[in-house]
Amino acid sequence: MPFELFVALRFLREGRAQTALILGGTTVGVAVMVFVTALIGGLQALLVEQTLSSQAHVTLRRPERVARVLPAAAGEGVAAVIEKVPERDRSVESWPEALARVRAAPGVVAAAPTAAGSAFASRAEVSKSVALRGIEPESFDAVIRVARKLRAGALRVNGTEAVIGTVLAADLGLGVGDKLRLAAADGRSDVFTVSGVFDFGNRDVNQRWVLVSLRAAQTLLDLEGGITTIEVKVADPFQAEALAADLAERTGLVADSWMRVNHQLLTALRSQRASALTIEAFVVLAVALGIASVLGVSVLQRSRQIGILRATGTSTGAVLRVFLAEGALVGLAGSGTGCALGAALALAFSNLAKNPYGEAVIPVELSPRLFVLASLVAIGTGVVSALYPARHAARLDPAQVIRYG
Amino acid sequence: MAESLLELAGVRKDYVAGPVVTPVLHGIDLALAPGEFTALVGPSGSGKSTLLNLIGLLDRPTAGTIRLAGRDTATLDERALTRCRGRTIGFVFQFHHLLPEFTALENVMLPMMAGKGRPDREMAEGAAGLLREVGLGEVLDRRAARLSGGQAQRVAVARALALAPRLVLADEPTGNLDTRTADGIFALLRRFNREAGIAFLVVTHDPRLADRCDRIVELIDGRIVADRPSRKEPA
Ligand SMILES: Nc1ncnc2c1ncn2[C@@H]1O[C@H](COP(=O)(O)OP(=O)(O)OP(=O)(O)O)[C@@H](O)[C@H]1O
Ligand SMILES: [Mg+2]
Repeated sequence: MPFELFVALRFLREGRAQTALILGGTTVGVAVMVFVTALIGGLQALLVEQTLSSQAHVTLRRPERVARVLPAAAGEGVAAVIEKVPERDRSVESWPEALARVRAAPGVVAAAPTAAGSAFASRAEVSKSVALRGIEPESFDAVIRVARKLRAGALRVNGTEAVIGTVLAADLGLGVGDKLRLAAADGRSDVFTVSGVFDFGNRDVNQRWVLVSLRAAQTLLDLEGGITTIEVKVADPFQAEALAADLAERTGLVADSWMRVNHQLLTALRSQRASALTIEAFVVLAVALGIASVLGVSVLQRSRQIGILRATGTSTGAVLRVFLAEGALVGLAGSGTGCALGAALALAFSNLAKNPYGEAVIPVELSPRLFVLASLVAIGTGVVSALYPARHAARLDPAQVIRYG
Repeated sequence: MAESLLELAGVRKDYVAGPVVTPVLHGIDLALAPGEFTALVGPSGSGKSTLLNLIGLLDRPTAGTIRLAGRDTATLDERALTRCRGRTIGFVFQFHHLLPEFTALENVMLPMMAGKGRPDREMAEGAAGLLREVGLGEVLDRRAARLSGGQAQRVAVARALALAPRLVLADEPTGNLDTRTADGIFALLRRFNREAGIAFLVVTHDPRLADRCDRIVELIDGRIVADRPSRKEPA
């Protein structure tokens, strides 16, 4: 063990009360840091996950001709597109080729063709306006995980089968196996059998989405074998904006990323993260001041020892390193206990509230990266806050100390 | 006489505290030969500790030169001074000044560790050997804070000898010990002087002990007023 570390450890061990004090402060600081970061991270992941659960990262559609496409509300996706143009005019020509290009583009995980438009769903006298989506179950599930959200039945849209949301099912009094009529704006209609009921945790999606086969939607919406959108899942959701531009260039289609559609959400996330960082900065500052002042006192109390060390061959550099090592050790020990305490707090917090399915309402995000980062910040803070007392110690005049020791 | 181990020429020391300048040493000329056992005597406030600090390279003179083993110490920077101090000079302070956080053995090892950077087996054996020589083989692992005054001062002697210095400076090493313990410590210093040829400069108020040295230097008001062989034959 290096000399400096040996002395630092002994000073810490023998300065019991002081060491306990700084360790306690550092522990609390690290715990707060871990807790806040885990909570904010979990909250943000939850918000993003909720937003993205029913929304493709990138949606490709044909360039507009006449009407404006209204941006969809958060969490709703392209289904909310409301326009007055005949569906046929929105259809993407030669879409298999465009789809192949999208799937070949770097950063794309999955792509699904969909034929979407508005329709009415009715049973007996009750009729509801819905967003009809014609899909291929496999490709669509790869982009938007419907199968996981099913509360009844299966994701099956063979022939005239339809998958609907829990709210629509309740509104129309439907269950798996029941029949409903789907009618397009121009009067074409057909009877479908409910094959599955999903719950996205989003009232609007649960009320409006009706999933049918691509072919059925094409017939109802009079698309003549065309599709209206290609829905894309990308590897990194936060790169969606850049990838959208790339995909637009490759296909000649218009590309909207979830980030543009939800830019208010992103702004909110960013300011939330900024406020978390501010809190953490003040916590770090408080911990640093605590370490610096307690180490400062211990330098004063140990000035006699420092003088003796200096008089018996210890260099000023070594004295400096002894106290820097004390700061680093306190940071290291404090980050161990602090990470444990912070993680325990975060887990306890997320276990407080659970939804009916037994999932945490606010899941916390405890990644190894967070612990490493918190430890590095703690050790760095320890060393930096030890700098001032350490320099003071190194500058002590051994002759004075020995005389008045 | 062989080449001087230590040579002071025209050494002056003023303490400056703001506008107040206190001259303490007024031109000291002094040479110590290797292996010489010298007593430094003088009334309180005459500048003995000040002189010892200068010789021990803990402080720099206001004027004059200090040559240690032929080297002018004024040319050395802080690091070199520390290294030179560690290698050639050992200290025994008036109030034993051990580090209470460490054991007797560790206190002796500290100067060795400071020099080498980390402890090793050889160091521990050397330190234990020294402690046995000063009669403390039984309390190697006892905390310094729990040693008696005489034991602590013996540890301080062992520590001063840890790096095999050529000169040991002792500032009233027996000042606060009873006569019997003081005699023991003094005999110990004398033994290392005789056996290892280490030079000693010992500040003492006790004329009885001064007489047991080879040479007596007397300081009054920052000037050397007498420098003579002791009355007694060197042991
Ligand atoms: N740092 C300092 N600043 C100002 N004056 C000092 C300082 N150190 C010592 N002095 C003064 O220098 C003079 C010599 O002090 P020194 O300690 O060298 O005497 P001494 O001979 O060792 O005395 P004693 O026998 O009491 O230990 C004293 O008057 C003291 O007050
Ligand atoms: Mg003195």
